[in-house]
Amino acid sequence: MTLVHMSVAIEPASVEQKRPKTAFARFARPALGLVLPVALAILWELAVRAGFSDGRLVPPPSRIYAEFAELARSGELLRHVVATLLRVAVGFGFGTVVGTVLGAIAGYSTLVRRLIDPSLQGLRAVPSIAWIPLFILWLGIFETSKVALIAVGVFFPIYLGVLGAVMSVDRKIVEVGRVFRLSGTQMVRRILLPAVLPSYVVALRSGLGLGWMFVIAAEFMGASEGLGYLLIDGQQLGKPTEIVAAILAFAVLGKTTDWMIVGVTAPFLRWEDRFNARAGES
Amino acid sequence: MLAVERVGKTYPNGVHALDGVSFSVGPGEIVAIVGGSGCGKSTLLRAISGLDTPSQGRVLLDGTAVTSPHEKIGIIFQEPRLLPWLTVAGNVGFGLEGRPRRERGERVADALARVGLTDKANMWPRELSGGQAQRVAIARALVPRPEVLLLDEPFSALDAFTRIDLQDHLLDLWADLRPTLILVTHDVDEAIVLADRIMVMRPRPGRIFEEIEADLPRPRDRQSAAFDFVKRRVLAALDRSVERAKRIDDSETKADAGAALWW
Repeated sequence: MTLVHMSVAIEPASVEQKRPKTAFARFARPALGLVLPVALAILWELAVRAGFSDGRLVPPPSRIYAEFAELARSGELLRHVVATLLRVAVGFGFGTVVGTVLGAIAGYSTLVRRLIDPSLQGLRAVPSIAWIPLFILWLGIFETSKVALIAVGVFFPIYLGVLGAVMSVDRKIVEVGRVFRLSGTQMVRRILLPAVLPSYVVALRSGLGLGWMFVIAAEFMGASEGLGYLLIDGQQLGKPTEIVAAILAFAVLGKTTDWMIVGVTAPFLRWEDRFNARAGES
Repeated sequence: MLAVERVGKTYPNGVHALDGVSFSVGPGEIVAIVGGSGCGKSTLLRAISGLDTPSQGRVLLDGTAVTSPHEKIGIIFQEPRLLPWLTVAGNVGFGLEGRPRRERGERVADALARVGLTDKANMWPRELSGGQAQRVAIARALVPRPEVLLLDEPFSALDAFTRIDLQDHLLDLWADLRPTLILVTHDVDEAIVLADRIMVMRPRPGRIFEEIEADLPRPRDRQSAAFDFVKRRVLAALDRSVERAKRIDDSETKADAGAALWW
């Protein structure tokens, strides 16, 4: 008797709980990640206002925002962002094209792999920053050497990703293509490309991450504009707000471009049977 | 008419998988190839499909040699091998690319209806059960209307109920188009339910050991005495094939007298 009563009493409540739960999942769960940084920012702001710190070396959010707004208003921010974005875009483009082509050929042909892979793996062991002096000697101190450095950084993860993906395409699936008598190009388009796409996206994303890393290194080595220049400028003039503003701009740009890759490729990857597919991208 | 002429296969690693296999299969005939593991059944099927080329002999389809996958020969593997990035309908229509969109759509819909998966057309392969996935694989192989359909232990990964269901289903599909079926299996019941002729192979190297006619009326009753009779014959032949192989093994070891003393 009591059991029946209980279950009757519980039922409506659990049904009602369902609807807010989905809304919660949509908006509140991603927002959960904001709690920690926002709380820290507010705490620091309060600490500076209360006079516990002058906030000169670690500026509070309000001053960073003011600096950001000032940079944006004067057009400086846009100029630096465009300069950096262009370098990353061109370097990423070159690195991706060369990495994809070489990775695909080396994955496809054992002979080519035996020829070029050991050398490339050897070069990969060199920290890419070590190339800077040589690139400056070879390519001058202007854009070419910067773009080359970014391209080198982007090249390796993409080359490795494509090589591994092509080599690990399931022989059984390739055999299906053979049974249906696909030609070489058809095999690439209808079997190999879709099969390697998931790991290719991962490779692109890590390549882009390295691209953003190397653009700073490139801009540190002498630039008159770009977010990396802004960082150095802030250090030399003792303006931590400018440094933090540039770092924030990097964070926003890096995350946005990463989202763009994920967003553009997502429609082609809906078929993937991933663990936690619903939880979304990190 | 499919003819296998003295087909032999030695793999690059020296394994002698097949030796002098010859037989021919008429249009619309169903042939089952049974034998223990490692007796070259799959090797033989792959040679017929053109996926592998035999080391000796040749395979002829209507008088022309099969050296690479042929448009009139379809094959169904032990695993469904569906392409995970295509929907069920996309997988079924995989072999129809290049045909007009309307024809493709009609034939895919028709094939899906035949295997009873019309409502699954827009699903991803990962959403199907094992039996459903294998039915999609059957539909994909049948859509290009092959004259010869090869099946490599197609139902061995499925549970007993699904297996029996799919065996009957396969016979229905066969009755529509009447392709030649060559089925490799290690399930004697399956061979007798489906085949007109059962070929028992013996291992090392793979050879045809015995041919058994199974001219029972269709549909076949798995419980009938006639079924049982054929089953006994096949099992006895399988037994003998292994026995003889063992004896040959023994004599080989004995012949090489020093071999026993190598240590």
